[in-house]
Amino acid sequence: MTVALERFDVSMTKARRGVLAARSGRRPWTFYALASVFAFYVAALYGPMICIYILSFQDIRGGLVFPMKGHSLHWFVDLFTQVRTGDVKGSFDRSIKLAVLVTVITLVFSFMAGLAFRRRFFGDTFVFYLMIGSLVAPGLVLGIGVGLLFQWVGINASWYTSALGAQLSWTLPFGVLVMFAVMSRFDSVWEEAARDLGASRWQTIRFVVIPVLAPGLVAVALFGFTLSYDEFARTLQTAGSLNTLPLEIWSMTLNVTSPSLYALGTVTTVVSFVIIGACIGAIVLINKRRGIRATSH
Amino acid sequence: MRPGQGDIELAGLCKSYDGVTNVVDGVNLKIPDGAYCCFLGPSGCGKTTILRMIAGHEDPTAGEIVIGGENVVGLAPVERRTAMMFQSYALFPHLSVRDNIAFALRVRGQSKAERYKTVDLMMEKVRLTELADRLPSNLSGGQQQRVALARAAITEPRVLLLDEPLSALDEQLRVQMRQELRRMQRDLGITFVHVTHTQLEAIALADIVVVMEKGRIKQSGAARDVYAHPRDRYVAEFLGGQNVLSGKVEKVGEDHLVISQPNRTGILVGVRPNASIEVGDRIDLAVRRDDIELMRAGAGGLEDGATALPSRVVAIEYQGSFVKVMLDTIPDEEFVAYIPERTFFRDPFNIGDILLATWSAGRARVLA
Repeated sequence: MTVALERFDVSMTKARRGVLAARSGRRPWTFYALASVFAFYVAALYGPMICIYILSFQDIRGGLVFPMKGHSLHWFVDLFTQVRTGDVKGSFDRSIKLAVLVTVITLVFSFMAGLAFRRRFFGDTFVFYLMIGSLVAPGLVLGIGVGLLFQWVGINASWYTSALGAQLSWTLPFGVLVMFAVMSRFDSVWEEAARDLGASRWQTIRFVVIPVLAPGLVAVALFGFTLSYDEFARTLQTAGSLNTLPLEIWSMTLNVTSPSLYALGTVTTVVSFVIIGACIGAIVLINKRRGIRATSH
Repeated sequence: MRPGQGDIELAGLCKSYDGVTNVVDGVNLKIPDGAYCCFLGPSGCGKTTILRMIAGHEDPTAGEIVIGGENVVGLAPVERRTAMMFQSYALFPHLSVRDNIAFALRVRGQSKAERYKTVDLMMEKVRLTELADRLPSNLSGGQQQRVALARAAITEPRVLLLDEPLSALDEQLRVQMRQELRRMQRDLGITFVHVTHTQLEAIALADIVVVMEKGRIKQSGAARDVYAHPRDRYVAEFLGGQNVLSGKVEKVGEDHLVISQPNRTGILVGVRPNASIEVGDRIDLAVRRDDIELMRAGAGGLEDGATALPSRVVAIEYQGSFVKVMLDTIPDEEFVAYIPERTFFRDPFNIGDILLATWSAGRARVLA
C-alpha cells in the first residue's frame, strides 16, 4: 500500500509508456478478454455507489428507486435541516473527532512499534500474533466484549471511551502492519550517521527518522482515519447513546425512506475522497520535493 | 583534549558478539598522527569491526582504544572527535547537499545563517557549491562521496574513518576518487583510517598497510615493505604479485637451500636460510612475479646460484606495459611471470612452449 502510494507517480509514467508501446502493434485477444473482465470489475465495484450518488440529486418528488425524478439539491438541504432524518450533523461531528483521535493514537503507536520491531526482543513473536489475533477476531463479538468490559470497570460507554478502545483494536494492528512495510525501506545506517555527527537520540528521530519516514507516516494516518471513519461492527455495541456516522446511517436505513439517505451517502463519500486525495497529494508532494522521480530508472 | 592529536593506539583490542568466538582477536597497533592507514583483508576478517570500534559505534569486549593519549572507550563519537564515512555514504535522503553537510552544526544548535556560512566555505573547498541545493538521489557516486567527506570533515575531526569508501564506485571513478582522498588527507592533515578489501587501493593510498585475517593482524608496515616483503603465505597471496612455492628441505647450505616438491627434487634456491630451518622441514618461498625471467629450454647461460624450473606456458595475457605469462611450474598452483612488454615481444612465446622459469640468487624469500 505504502510502496504503491510512494511510487504512485513513477508507476503512472511507466504504465503510460507501456500503453504507448502496445499501441504500435496489434493487440492479442487476451487483451480484450482481460479488459472486459476489468471493465466488469470496475462496474461492479462502483456501479452501486454511482446509483446512490445519482439518485441523491432528485427533486422533491424523488423516491428510493430508479427512474430518476427531476434534479435538484433538495435532499441535501433536507438532510441538514429536517430533524426527522436524524442527528446527521452531530454524528458527523463525533465521527470526525473520533477518527482524528484514532488517527493520532494509531500513528504514534505504530511509529513506536515500527521502531521497536526492528530488533528481536523477548516475546516479540507473541506480541505480533496477539496483534494479528485482534485483526481476525469477529468485530461484532469484540465490540460486545469491549462494551461489557467497560461496563464492568464502571466507565460509561460512549464514542470517546469504549468506542475508541474498540476501534483501536482494529486500527492499531493495521497501522503496525503498514509501518512494517514502511520500515523495511528505512536504513538504520542513517541513524548511525546522525549519531556519528553528534545528534542525540531525540534529534535523530526529529531530524532524520520522522522526515525520512514522512510519506509512510501519512499513509498510516490515512489508514487509521478511513478505518475509523467508516467502522461499524466494533462501534455498534460500544458507542453508547450517541451515534457515530455509520451507526446513524444504519439507523436511518431502518426508518428514513427518502433520498436524503442517498444525499448523506454522497456527502460522506465526498468527505472520504477529499481526505484520501489530500493524503496522496501530500505523499506525492513530499516525494517530488525529494526527486524520487529522477532516480527511479 | 589537545587539538590535532590524532595518533591512535589499539591495545589488546577484542570483540566478540556471542562470547565464544572473537571477531577481533587481540589487536595491537599504533597509528601516528596524520598518517593514512589502510586495513586490508577479506570480508569477515574483522577490519570493519575495528573501524566501528574506533568510531564508537561498537564497544570492544576487551582492550583499549587510545586517541591522542586518552582512552576513548565508552565515549560518544563526537567526544572522540572522530568522524566516519559510511560504505554507502549514508547521506540523508531528505536533505539537500547543503543541509546534509550542515547536519552536525544543526544538532549543535547553530543558527541557520551561522551554519550555512561555514558550510558554504566547505562546499567551495570540495567543489560542491553548484550542487548545494541538490538532493543526494540526484548526485553521481563521486559527488555523493564528496558530500559524505565534507559532511564528516565539517565536524573538524582529528581522525577520519572510512569504511570501504570506494566500493560503490565504478573502476575509473575509483582511481580518481582515490587521488581525491589522498589530497583531502594532506589538506586536512588528520589521521585517516581506511578499510578495504582491494590491495591495489591499500598500497596506492596508505602510509601504513595493516593486513588482517580472522580478527588478527597478519602484518603491518609501510606499503612497500608489506608488498615486497610479505611475512607469510597468506600476506603474499593476498597482496599478490608473488609466486609462492612450498617444498620440503633436502639440504641447507651457506647461501642456498635445496628443496623438493612432489613432482621434482633437487631444486636449488639461492636464499639465505634462517637459523631455524632444518632438513625435512616444510617451507614456503616467495618470488616476485616480476623477478622471474623466462628462457627457452636449452638456451644455457644460467647465472651462478640462479634457480631454473622447467615449465610449460599455460596462458598468456597482454597487460599493456607487461605480459602476464602463466606457467605450470607448480602442480595445481598458480605460477606467473610478469615479463616487460618489450622483452616479451623480442621473442614471443606461445601457449604450450616448454621453457625455463628462472630467477637470480637472493630473489626468493623464505616465508614464515
